[in-house]
Amino acid sequence: MNPNDPGAALAIAVVLFVLGLLGVMVRRNLLFMLISVEIMLNAAGLAFIAAGTRYHMADGQVMFLMILAYAAAEAAVGLAIVLRMHAAGRATLDADTGNRLKG
Amino acid sequence: MSISLLLYGLVAICATAMVITRTAAVHALLYMVVALLALACVFDTLGAPFAALLEVIVYAGAIMVLFVFVVMMLNIGSPAEQREKSWLSGGIWVVPSLLALGLLVTLLIGLRSGAVPAIVQGAAPIGPREVGLALYGPYILTVELSSFLLLAGLVSAFHIGRRIGGAGIAPLHPDGVHVGVNEHRGVDR
Repeated sequence: MNPNDPGAALAIAVVLFVLGLLGVMVRRNLLFMLISVEIMLNAAGLAFIAAGTRYHMADGQVMFLMILAYAAAEAAVGLAIVLRMHAAGRATLDADTGNRLKG
Repeated sequence: MSISLLLYGLVAICATAMVITRTAAVHALLYMVVALLALACVFDTLGAPFAALLEVIVYAGAIMVLFVFVVMMLNIGSPAEQREKSWLSGGIWVVPSLLALGLLVTLLIGLRSGAVPAIVQGAAPIGPREVGLALYGPYILTVELSSFLLLAGLVSAFHIGRRIGGAGIAPLHPDGVHVGVNEHRGVDR
């Protein structure tokens, strides 16, 4: 196994992605679901960087930067929706009550 | 060097497992910061120092601080933690764990069957110079599109949070209130 071996990094990325997916499926709190989505985006970025290392090209890191921008936009909009739901008088952050969101 | 990669990956995986099993949001966020820092170490070991720096600055520095601010604003008390514990108890883990395990096994088998040896042995890391040349050369359209996306995210976040609730909470912008009062006085005169 050499330092540039992308197989181990891809395995780590797969495990992280599955953990994030498990978090999205199990948790009912919207905040934890957003954190789990961030975990999955991170795992995708790790896979891109491992691929960029394997072919020794900068494109993997470019795609990681794009994923970073997407994650930032998604976190901003998701957290704004969470704050809006909480400020509208909802006591819990239960995702099952999100169908009553208005406005 | 590969041992350090596996070590950092193990730290990231353990911290991520702690993230999705916590009941207190702040504990989960702190474990998430640990996982992100370990992942930055993985990036650096893989020869991507620029991505490692951005992971620390943007993810662990900006996005996690945003989450911490939201947790502070939500003012979640101990009843919420009890509710989280009641949500996470019982057999709720069984079926999602089986599904996730199936996906994990499938992906790992796919990785093993499609594994190819690395071309470059001990190559130099890809620094910010190469990334910047690629970013503003063939990928310039992608940069513009992601700037559109960030602008759309900014506008929609502002639009969603512009006027919070109708339950007697004061509006966000004090200047608007002031202007409104002045107009009202003008009408009175």
